[in-house]
This record gives sequence, C-alpha cells and structure tokens, in this order.
Amino acid sequence: MDKILKYSFSDLIRSRWSIIYFLFYFITGMVLLYMSNDVSRAIVSLMNITFILTPLIGTIFGVMNFYNSREFIELLLAQPVPRYKIFLGLFLGISLSLSISLLIGIALPFVIYGVFGSAHLMNLFILLITGIFLTFIFTGIAFFIALIHENRLKGFGLAILIWLFMAFIYDGIFLMSLLLLQDYPTEKFAIAFSLFNPIDLGRILLILKLDISVLMGYTGAVFNKFFGGGTGMAISLMALSVWAVLPMWLIVRKGNKKDF
Amino acid sequence: MIEIQGIRKSFGKLAVLKGFDLSLTPGTITAVLGPNGSGKTTMIKSILGLVLPDAGSILFDGKSIKNQWDYRRQIGYLPQIARFPENLKVRELISLIEDVRGMKGNTDELISLFNLNDSLNKKLRQLSGGTRQKVNLTLTFMFDCPVYILDEPTSGLDPIALIRTKELILARKQQGKSFLITTHIMNLVEEIANELVFLLEGKVYFRGTHQELMATQEEETLERAIAKILEKENG
Repeated sequence: MDKILKYSFSDLIRSRWSIIYFLFYFITGMVLLYMSNDVSRAIVSLMNITFILTPLIGTIFGVMNFYNSREFIELLLAQPVPRYKIFLGLFLGISLSLSISLLIGIALPFVIYGVFGSAHLMNLFILLITGIFLTFIFTGIAFFIALIHENRLKGFGLAILIWLFMAFIYDGIFLMSLLLLQDYPTEKFAIAFSLFNPIDLGRILLILKLDISVLMGYTGAVFNKFFGGGTGMAISLMALSVWAVLPMWLIVRKGNKKDF
Repeated sequence: MIEIQGIRKSFGKLAVLKGFDLSLTPGTITAVLGPNGSGKTTMIKSILGLVLPDAGSILFDGKSIKNQWDYRRQIGYLPQIARFPENLKVRELISLIEDVRGMKGNTDELISLFNLNDSLNKKLRQLSGGTRQKVNLTLTFMFDCPVYILDEPTSGLDPIALIRTKELILARKQQGKSFLITTHIMNLVEEIANELVFLLEGKVYFRGTHQELMATQEEETLERAIAKILEKENG
C-alpha cells in the first residue's frame, strides 16, 4: 500500500492541478489577510471558501482520478498484491496530495503575515484540520461512487449531487425543519442533525472557536455548551473520523468484489 | 500450470463464459482466438483474478486462485490498453512495478531492445502510442516468470519492434516459459503459436494446431478457416 501510495502521490503532486489548487488558496489567503488586516476575519472568509471548495475539489478529483486510472488499476491488480492495498494506496495518494496543497496554500500566507504567537493559531489549526478531514471524506465518497458506477457520467453526476446536497441542500432542510419545529425545543435535534453532515460539523467547530457564536442566539449558546466542551469536541472529532473511515471501508469492501 | 474447470461468468443478463474446461500445456505458446465478445478477455482476466467467476474454479499449479494473490508473481501480464499515470517518468513507472513486485527487473536488455533509452526520463503523457506499448512490453518481460499472458501484444508497434517482440517471445519459449496470447492478427498466430484455442459464445469451440483447424474447415489460410466457422455459426 505504501508503495502505491508513494507513486500515486508523487504523480499527483506534480500535476498542474495541484499547483493551481495550491496557488488559489495561497493568493486568496494573502489577499484576505493583507486587505482586511484582521486574522480572525480572514479565517472566517477562508472558512466560507474552504468548506465549499474543498469538498468540491475532493469530489471532482476523486471521481476523475479513479476513472483515469482504470487501466493502471488493472495493471496493478495483475501484480502480486492484495486488492485493498491498491485501492487504499490510490485513494490515500489523491487525498494526501490535495491535503498538502490545501495545507501549504492556507498556512503559508498566515506564516508570512505572522500568526505564530497570536491567539489565532488555534483557529487556523482547526481550519486546516477540518479542511483536511473534508478532503479525505469527499475524495473517499467520490472514489467509492466511481468504483460502483462504470458509467462515468452517472458516477460524476451522483458525486456532484452528493456534494451539492451536503454543501447547500442539507442546510436548507435543516433550517426548514428548525422553523417548522420552532414551538418545540430543538437543540438536541439540531446537534444530532449537524453530526450527520461533515461540512456543517466543521463549520460549527470553527465558528464556536472564533467566539462569534453569540450571533447565533440561544441555539448558539446550546451549541457552544455542547461543542465547546471537551465531550462535544471529542464527539465531533469522532464523528469526523467516522465520516473519514466509512468511505475507506466501503472502498475496500466493494473493491474486493468488483470485476475489472 | 493453469487449469480452468467449468468456469462461468455473467455480467448482468449477459452470459460471457458458459462453463468450459481448459488446461494449458506447459512450455507452449497458446493463442486464444475468437470473435469480439466471445469471452477471451474475460477468460484472461479470470485467470489473473481481475474478474471473479460465478462458478467453476481456476487452478494455478494445482491450487485454487480464489482469494489468492501471490500466484501472480508467476505471471507476467501485458494489458491491452497501455495507459499509465501521466506525470510519472518511464523510469519511475519501472521502479514502481519493481517495488510492487518486490524485486529488481531485468530492464537493461529490454530497454536497448526497444530503443527506450531516450524515453526513460520522459513523462508518460509525452510518449506516442507505440512507445507506450514498448514500455508496456518492458514492464511485462522484465521479470522472469514461468507464465506470460499477453493481450494484443503487437498493437501499435512498428515493424522493427514487432519483429523484436516476436523474437523475444520465441526466446522465452525456448527457456521453457508458457504463453497465453490473444490477438486478431492471424499472421502472428501462424508464426509463433503452437496451439490454438478458439472461443465461441463463451465456450471452447476448437482446440488444436492451426493446421488442424484449417484441415477441419478445408481452407488454405487460418483467416479463411475462422471466417468459415463464424459464417456457419451465424448462418
């Protein structure tokens, strides 16, 4: 697995897209920091971009990379290696190379601006961690979808649909149900609801850290109590980890049974 | 050696392999022929474990290959389409396969045979189709395997590379290696194959030498003999 991971990673990190992806974050970060001169505000703006873009890029790369490596996967499958090593190696190769672009692209502007020693280091850290989690989760989901759909158009469409659902539609349903249930105490329901969407989960984690949860009124206070505390933090991280591991498990399971 | 017993495989409603037995003779070059969709590739992929049969079993050196992977160390496989990660250099692709196999390949001889020296440091996306096929052949033959499975080995090759590939196959055969080759080029079959397996609609229709096949159909060339079989089956 490590061997396939190594080559897949070194193939992808040199691709034009990795560099464009890195440059996008780097330039956006620089502009936001030096235009606003406010680290906290730059982090919020970057969060809004990152939490939509990262899942989208993960989705597109996961699907495209799988379909483009089809013949290469066949070549690897004919070698003396168990199947799970091939699939996990390829999946981790894309996820890691995207994560590195994201990590350096976002962190570098802050390092240049001088974030070390400031109170915002932790917030930046959470932004990066959740960004990496989202990369792994959505690349994994996309990889799995590509694995079960021979038809590229169907696979691509379904993967984009899932991204669209998680990034936008889910929130709509969330808000609608809160509105419909406004006569009832919905805090517990809201917390449970957010655990089932990794994008929301990441957003809540970061917003609470940025102390702008006051803007969210009573719900914000409840969220703050839950997610701000050690247990809530642990549960959210656990939920994100489950989200990250689940696609990998599905990939291995499906990969073992698939005909190529 | 490879033994296929009652193998069946369907994709959805389409039955591709309909239950046949076949055991390969060691030390020979066996050509697998058949029209498109007759199950050639599915059979080859079943042997390699890429396709998982619905029923029947495949034995390699007397042991079932089901859920096994180490037996593939004994097989050199040339896939039909030579597409590799675009940003890797030829040299890196070779070391990747060496790494995956956990052994050094005997590459020098093949690189000079196929004139690949100038391409070693090029990225794979910069190579022409024919050069990629040469890389493909190098990856297949750089390990010393008792069995080689080649899917359309000559596609895209120029005449010099074609002759060298044939010589390479024959030289390895001299060393006692076994070959399973699919091709649509009858010339190649007549020139190098000792044995011929003709698949039709998921079953073995004929097995023997190409002279025998021509004799049964009373035709002068292999191409015509095969065309006659197909016409009979369709008509």
